[in-house]
Amino acid sequence: MMEFFTEHGNDLMIKTWEHFYISLAAILLGVLVAVPLGIMLSRTPKFADRFISFVGILQTIPSLAILAFFIPIMGVGKLPAILALFFYSLLPILRNTYIGVRDVDKGVVEAGKGMGMSNRQSIVKMELPLALPVIMAGVRLSTVYLIGWATLAAFIGGGGLGDFIFDGLNLYQPALIIAGTIPATILAVIADRSLAYLENRLTPEGLKDSYEAA
Amino acid sequence: MLEFKNVKKRYGGGKTVVSNLNLKIEKGEFVCFIGPSGCGKTTTMKMVNRLIHISEGSILVDGKNIKDQDPVELRRSIGYVIQQIGLMPHMTIKENIVLVGTLLKWSKEKKDARAKELLKLVGLPEEYLDKYPHELSGGQQQRIGVLRALAANPPLILMDEPFGALDPITRDSLQEEFKKLQKELDKTIVFVTHDMDEALKLGDRIVIMKDGEVVQADTPDEILRNPANEFVEEFLGKDRLIQGRPDVTTVGQIMEGSPVTVQTGTTLKSAISTMRDKHVDSLLVVDSNHVLKGFIDIEAINLNYKKANQVDDIMETDFISVSQDSLLRDTVHRILRRGVKYVPVIDNDQKLTGIVTRATLANLVYDTIWGDGMELAEAATATE
Repeated sequence: MMEFFTEHGNDLMIKTWEHFYISLAAILLGVLVAVPLGIMLSRTPKFADRFISFVGILQTIPSLAILAFFIPIMGVGKLPAILALFFYSLLPILRNTYIGVRDVDKGVVEAGKGMGMSNRQSIVKMELPLALPVIMAGVRLSTVYLIGWATLAAFIGGGGLGDFIFDGLNLYQPALIIAGTIPATILAVIADRSLAYLENRLTPEGLKDSYEAA
Repeated sequence: MLEFKNVKKRYGGGKTVVSNLNLKIEKGEFVCFIGPSGCGKTTTMKMVNRLIHISEGSILVDGKNIKDQDPVELRRSIGYVIQQIGLMPHMTIKENIVLVGTLLKWSKEKKDARAKELLKLVGLPEEYLDKYPHELSGGQQQRIGVLRALAANPPLILMDEPFGALDPITRDSLQEEFKKLQKELDKTIVFVTHDMDEALKLGDRIVIMKDGEVVQADTPDEILRNPANEFVEEFLGKDRLIQGRPDVTTVGQIMEGSPVTVQTGTTLKSAISTMRDKHVDSLLVVDSNHVLKGFIDIEAINLNYKKANQVDDIMETDFISVSQDSLLRDTVHRILRRGVKYVPVIDNDQKLTGIVTRATLANLVYDTIWGDGMELAEAATATE
């Protein structure tokens, strides 16, 4: 055990960091794209359902295949890996944003509009805060999946903990596979907990109580 | 204050929801829009703050066409209360009350002061300012909903079935409170409801709509007294029409049609024989055009039959009479207070059309207490 750490310890730290950074970049990109898109979709419900099933179909393409497709287009390295993972993060965030915003109490939205909220004010002051718990659930789900899938990034030279796993598979060394898997799992758990904390901080005070009351 | 000019609303499929609405609402007026669902009452209201687009015609608020105003600015200048209440669950009561103030970028001091001032209006303690909507009962929430509409002191407030979702007792007290508040603050209210009792209770004027058209727009009294057509009668319901009767029944509706009369120029002798034939102790005197001139009673004839010859000489010309259009409640008062046995009823040309006697009133009181006389008779026949 100690021997393993002296041999691979440094490498393990670097790969874990890489893994974390690939996943984080993909998820941030996903949030930046999917949340505004989800809000836009909530304004056109008819189109939204079709669009979301289309994105759902994209999601069913095996991740390995997506990564492989990216090689001729983007080459190898971190950027294509991040982009491929970003596509995977889209659906849960997009769907939850759409549903979260769509399901904000119609009475509240109408009252806000009738009071004279502009479209922007309605989104920022009302719909986003109220949909936040649902959106965050999507982000958490996406993040946990993505940290798992990020191991595949190694396949197109993206680095990360996947390197250990692939090395382990190639060299028949179970220790390496485990060394790649455990940190990935821990990373996923930590990420999920941190996001839960963030969700709790971001959820407006009045909503928390009403959930408890309900 | 608020004027609808040939307002039409058509939807894409050619369905006309509101057709050719013309209506003028004065400042300080409380107008209730009522009708069956789908009659266009809510659509009409929502066109005022441009939540719904007008297809044709124009709506003027204070003489200004609302189409020339920015919809967001317009909405901030008009109060809005809805049935679902729609308080922001993530904001405190204070933030909810002064929401429009926030949108108008008021200072914090101004918002705090306004929130406190408004909360006093509905008699809620100041602690409520820091609570969240879900901590309040439905009635309290809607009180806040009303305050929110009042926050920026808009002269016009739109209300879409605001008390519809509340239990009957809460609804009743909120109606009372709100009517009082409206009078105090002198707001113009456009109030949509499907509850006729609510409309009769609150409205200065009631606009009854059906299939996108105004069927009748009148004061509650006038609607109860003269429903425009069968639809309105049906919508009011028989119970309400009967209930409303003591208040708005006219003398013409209950008077006895053919009182015993004599013409001017009749001799006393023949007058006495008329009295004997008809079993009455007094006679109304009319001229050849049936215009009421006075009355004679048996005492007057008894005292004067030797001196006088014709009814004209001894008839009493100082009498009270009522117009057939006057309200029964006023007449009852007059008959009972003056102690007279009967009151002749005349039309606008002073012609005699009927008579209200104490016996007539007795019948009416009987009906009010025991229900419709007819129904009673029917019930009696049924049991036999």
